[in-house]
Amino acid sequence: MPLASYQTFVPVVVDDAKCIADKGCTVCVDVCPLDVLRISDMTGKAFMAYDECWYCMPCEADCPTGAVTVNIPYLLR
Amino acid sequence: MAMDEIVDGLSEVSCDVLVIGGGTAGPMAALKAKLKNPKANVVLLEKANVKRSGAISMGMDGLNNAVIPGYATPEQYTKEITIANDGIVDQKAVYKYAQNCYKIIEELDSFGIRFLKNENGDYAVKKVHHIGTYVLPMPNGETVKKAIYRQLRRARILISNRYMATRLLTSSDGRVAGAISVNTRTAEMLVIKAKAVILCMGAAGRLGLPTSGYMFGTYENAANSGDGYAMAYHAGAALANLECFQINPLIKDYNGPACAYVAGPFGAFTANNEGSRFIECDYWSGQMMLEFYNELSSGKGPVFLQLSHLHEKTIEEIESTLHKVERPTRGLFQKGRGTDYRTESIEMHISEIGFCSGHSASGVLVDDFARTTVPGLYAAGDMASVPHNYMLGAFTNGSVAGTDAMEFADNHDFAAFDAADVAKERDRVMAPTKREDGIPPNQIEYKARRLVNDYLQPPKVTRKFELGQRRLAEVREDMEQQMIARNSHELLRALETQSILDCADMAAHASLYREESRWGLYHLRTDFPEKDNENWFCHTLLSKKDGKMTSEKRDVEPYVVPIADEEKDLYDKQRIRASA
Repeated sequence: MPLASYQTFVPVVVDDAKCIADKGCTVCVDVCPLDVLRISDMTGKAFMAYDECWYCMPCEADCPTGAVTVNIPYLLR
Repeated sequence: MAMDEIVDGLSEVSCDVLVIGGGTAGPMAALKAKLKNPKANVVLLEKANVKRSGAISMGMDGLNNAVIPGYATPEQYTKEITIANDGIVDQKAVYKYAQNCYKIIEELDSFGIRFLKNENGDYAVKKVHHIGTYVLPMPNGETVKKAIYRQLRRARILISNRYMATRLLTSSDGRVAGAISVNTRTAEMLVIKAKAVILCMGAAGRLGLPTSGYMFGTYENAANSGDGYAMAYHAGAALANLECFQINPLIKDYNGPACAYVAGPFGAFTANNEGSRFIECDYWSGQMMLEFYNELSSGKGPVFLQLSHLHEKTIEEIESTLHKVERPTRGLFQKGRGTDYRTESIEMHISEIGFCSGHSASGVLVDDFARTTVPGLYAAGDMASVPHNYMLGAFTNGSVAGTDAMEFADNHDFAAFDAADVAKERDRVMAPTKREDGIPPNQIEYKARRLVNDYLQPPKVTRKFELGQRRLAEVREDMEQQMIARNSHELLRALETQSILDCADMAAHASLYREESRWGLYHLRTDFPEKDNENWFCHTLLSKKDGKMTSEKRDVEPYVVPIADEEKDLYDKQRIRASA
């Protein structure tokens, strides 16, 4: 059976201009309790790969350049 | 190789004491085990990253159950928790906690965690419970994880992040022999042989579905999918009073605490739609939750946390705590809703169900040494049966577990396990990755949790539970035959789904076994609406016997601290009486 991809508005947003993942930083990916952040092969920047967020904040709090913003997931806003 | 790509691999390591779960109890257990025998190997295994894992990922506002000389005695505390838990308490473990926790507070203080003091230099303990005074704010509570992590590095604990433990290994005579785990980013499997194992894997917090419909919008850290409960069950350990669900009063939709423990001592209170108080005390108990539920169902809801009457300075102080620690996105949420504490009350609702001894009493049975019924296997924190133990209980009982587990490891060699068990587990774990086609884990999880809400939420109706069991069995068959994981991240979710379904089955089984109502809303059975002390003043133990889920009664141990008859029902008197 084919699987459909599902559109979702992800709560964690990364400012590519500030993100230094392309310089080797992996802090946000490392600390996420739900392991939902990844580094993009295309841009070299961090992004939210899986919409499984506890809106808990370590990614934003620990980012050394202030590139990460946690928003409240749309369903509970 | 790209992250999440599946690698088929299996390796084996060994250690003296294996601690599974690096949230609150786990780091303390690892630290104490290492301190007990610095030459021994202690491994701390964590599904996420110890730096930011567990319930206190972003810290905690304070201690909810500090027994501090001059404010409370271990006897008072033991009495209060016994009454709050409707008498079903083995007091020895609670009393031991109450005696030891002050020492742990001093130790946390030496780690750099500060506790609020008044102008005289005494601890500024606040009253939230029905009877005693035990709440102690932590002014730099956001630094708890960092402070503990520093201690782990200093003690040279071996930390393995991003490994999810899936099953315990046991010997033919039932002793623990280690654990099997899987790397959440490569799917490589790791067998860890150990002389003693301590489970500190948190609550089963992804059991019910939040009413927002967002699967990860749970009260508990959503990584706490009940893996510890499932592992203990499959290893043959007894689990106690699982029908005593965790259900909490939370900010509607946000699904985090509002939080009355912080704001209550400043004068905030829970009010109905008329602005009136209806409960005597905001401490989380089943009896309080029942009044909360009754108010919502009576037409006098919605229910609010009322703080707009407080002084500007007070509200600022409350905000600076609520929007900084534990769940800091509370501030963002309230801003998005346009809720200003100065002018508006906070709308509250009732959380999804879960297992958690941190707040209620549903956990893996442990004695006052944190020993489970499986030799060499320990449990501490939210998943162990010491009731209402909160963060300080996790630290204190984790400490007890670490010390005793190392003593066990010092006196025992490795237990032998059957290699066939590893092969069997490898097949089970990897099965979703071997299918070409099937149902993704998120759909199976969603359906299971939706059924938990539809059928297992109190008030508990026998007929609904039986239907729920049938539906859940169908989902289990889908899970076992058709679940598909296309990468290692999906495999992590697939394995968590299996824990969730195990917990759902346990929740249903345990609830049907206890044929009475107890613990207020937590176990409110419409077919057995009364408390029945004659037949049910006992623990219920659930375990796996000959491959089948079974329940049995177990006597409550004789009390260490006697409770007078007129004190026994103090927590039943939660509703404010109308005064003439």
